[in-house]
Amino acid sequence: MKKTLMKGNIALCEGAIAAGCKAYFGYPITPQNEVPAHMSKRMPELGLVFLQAESEVAAINMVLGASATGVRVMTSSSSPGVSLKQEGISYLVGCELPAVIVNVQRGGPGLGNISGSQADYFQATKGGGHGDYRMIVLAPSSVQDMYDHTMLAFDLADKYRTPVMLLADGVVGQMMEPLMLNKYIPAATGDRSWVLDGARGREPRSVKSLLMAEGALERHNLELRKKFDLIEANETRIETKNTDDAEIIIVAFGISARVAYSTMRALRAAGKKIGVARPVTLWPFPQKTISELAKPGRKFLVAEMNMGQMVEDVRLAVNGKCPVEFYGRPGGGLVNQEEMIERINKM
Amino acid sequence: MKKILSKTESLKATPHLYCPGCGHGIIHRLVAESIDELGLREKTIGIAPVGCAVFAYDYFNFDVSEAPHGRPPAVATGIKRVRPDKIVFTYQGDGDLAAIGTAETIHAANRGENITVIFVNNANYGMTGGQMAPTTLIGQKTATSPYGRDPKREGYPMKVCELLSSLEGVAYLERVSVSNPKNIISAKRAIKKAFQNQVDGKGFSLVEVLSQCPVDWGMTPQNSIKWVEDVFVKAFPLGVYKDKK
Amino acid sequence: MSKIEIITEKCKGCGLCIIVCPKKSIQLSKNFNKAGYHPAVFVEGADCTACGLCFQVCPDVCIEVYKDK
Repeated sequence: MKKTLMKGNIALCEGAIAAGCKAYFGYPITPQNEVPAHMSKRMPELGLVFLQAESEVAAINMVLGASATGVRVMTSSSSPGVSLKQEGISYLVGCELPAVIVNVQRGGPGLGNISGSQADYFQATKGGGHGDYRMIVLAPSSVQDMYDHTMLAFDLADKYRTPVMLLADGVVGQMMEPLMLNKYIPAATGDRSWVLDGARGREPRSVKSLLMAEGALERHNLELRKKFDLIEANETRIETKNTDDAEIIIVAFGISARVAYSTMRALRAAGKKIGVARPVTLWPFPQKTISELAKPGRKFLVAEMNMGQMVEDVRLAVNGKCPVEFYGRPGGGLVNQEEMIERINKM
Repeated sequence: MKKILSKTESLKATPHLYCPGCGHGIIHRLVAESIDELGLREKTIGIAPVGCAVFAYDYFNFDVSEAPHGRPPAVATGIKRVRPDKIVFTYQGDGDLAAIGTAETIHAANRGENITVIFVNNANYGMTGGQMAPTTLIGQKTATSPYGRDPKREGYPMKVCELLSSLEGVAYLERVSVSNPKNIISAKRAIKKAFQNQVDGKGFSLVEVLSQCPVDWGMTPQNSIKWVEDVFVKAFPLGVYKDKK
Repeated sequence: MSKIEIITEKCKGCGLCIIVCPKKSIQLSKNFNKAGYHPAVFVEGADCTACGLCFQVCPDVCIEVYKDK
């Protein structure tokens, strides 16, 4: 296995290529510009498709088209651009098409700023587009995750025929770290009877989400729900550290989890019983694990780079069994160890 | 006795949900016949729009994908880029192609995407009940221009062939109508050429078809074809707007 | 004698075929089809040259043209 130094945004590109991504469609926006730039160089080199679209709207629909032919395809953007992709994401879910969508989040609302942020948690996990749907959301917190999670995202997308979002942020996207170029192990190919490749020797196929017949859309939604239930049962991922004896558990995802870990180490060294729970999938949210961690006498601190989004899911999981407090930095502000320790000392 | 004319293989037997006299059914037939005559059915992937032709996959006997409103050229681009061996076409109305999807149309054209676009211009939004379209004529009354389209308020009818003709990437542009047998035969020739161009790798080909919409125009089918010939074609002259050699 | 056959269940009675028929051999039926339209019908035994104009203009592709050899 090769070890190398790489930027998060580049690692995700290489993860995608390793996982067999055949096409990339995107549009420039900071802080993810390294992605289209790198892909524009690498994809043609490998005989694969790179296209800079005229907009994020066009890019997500190019993804839809390519996906309908059964190839692995991705797009990337940052918060305002991901807002524009929401219509397409809803269609991907409705049409049951796999795709990988990367959001290297920046500060909002509006044009916001180009600093790292986690303000799109609600948009990603609560269905940013219209209709009744769920989307798998992975939250990388290191350059290694950017690489590994992208490969995982492609596998999950194909396995469940549904879009998967990699919810990164400007910090993880921009930082450089050592990276193990883990070998991609191809997942089993699922059912391909939906792929549009020309009606040669078979009945024509259609990819659609419009279901006008009496009861058809309700049945479709119920089928989708079954799939979402299956994803919840099989794909919920969370990392926990030092939670057994913890008096305070910091819950954080993505880059904030890195700060949570360093805070934990610093406070453990000072004799404080601190643990960390880091949801790796934001949807499906690790409700069960958080609920089990909610033991009497324990307290939770949810740390996010926003004004309090995942904290709502943590409170739902804890369900009043323990106090849940919040430490947040919105608008591109970074959570940091000093403030986190200060916050914990007040608990 | 020999059957000389009947439904071609690329059309399903499914009855259309279009209104009586609507031009869509004729245009569907011309597309299907062109595809069959060129032997392309088994490698064709069509893109259905949002609009009256939203159910195109129920009528065409080949693979069809849905697209969000206005996005067929982007969806077609995605398909054609990863499967250049397939024949990819979009079938779009005036709202889809010239209003909400203007950017996708212009950029697919400008990139010279090797796709075929069938653009059905019926001067209003048919499916939603006859609202004003970018192609609605000056003075034309619609559900959302009840006093008639006033250029001071709503601007001018958008002439897509003329607009796209300046783009280098475009191979072929022609405006046709389906108001009478002669025009229909001419429309067929244009549509078939737009598919042949794709086979030949010539790039972006678009055929704009002026189509009658009797119900939303508040006319009988007979009067609607008369309106196409007396009024519609005056605002949107038929002819070839570009034919790159 | 050439003739046409009309799939009356698919016909919506728009009447475009009637206008173009040079032999005036098509008319609307007095009966309704299942969709509630008065479909076009070929007048039994009427003149037909298999010119196909009715086929060209039919939006519902419900006309088949037969040519006598």
